[in-house]
Amino acid sequence: MDSEQKNIDKLVHEHDVVLFMKGTPQFPQCGFSQRVVGLLQEAGAPYAAVNVLLDDAIREGVKAYANWPTIPQLYVKGEFIGGCDIISEMHESGELNTLLTPFRSKDGN
Amino acid sequence: MDNQLLIGLVEQSIPQSDVDVRLFSGDDHFEMRVVSPAFIGKTKVAQHQMVYQALGNHMQSRIHALALKTYTPEQWQQTENKE
Repeated sequence: MDSEQKNIDKLVHEHDVVLFMKGTPQFPQCGFSQRVVGLLQEAGAPYAAVNVLLDDAIREGVKAYANWPTIPQLYVKGEFIGGCDIISEMHESGELNTLLTPFRSKDGN
Repeated sequence: MDNQLLIGLVEQSIPQSDVDVRLFSGDDHFEMRVVSPAFIGKTKVAQHQMVYQALGNHMQSRIHALALKTYTPEQWQQTENKE
């Protein structure tokens, strides 16, 4: 695993929930990233956002890391969960809520 | 981007797959639906990775414009019954 992949591996494991996205939660720069940010907000779970637009090495590296060609990418406990399509499907089926419930902050905001 | 080419690529590489491609009117996004018994027992991520694998670098620049839906035959049956 080269240094870039190690760096991504570290990022992925630093927090329970990590979203690689274009832009920031406050200012998403792509419709797909914006949609996933909205779904995560609705699920009420805190997450760490990584803006891939700030670092091309991460933007390309994370695609190789997950063997997944697009951004956004959501990780939970270091495991790749999916991109916008899959997260949307999980939201509709209730799976996203179930997956993220353990990470909701204790005061349930 | 030729729909038939995309359908052919997926059908060649994913056994017994039924593939449908539709262009969203107005913008360059398009939806691809793939139904195949090869998806049985696989996670959604693995199913989508199979389709991306099949498309190879045919879609490198436009891959982000693809909305992908994958189903096992049974899942697709349930979806159709609901519609």
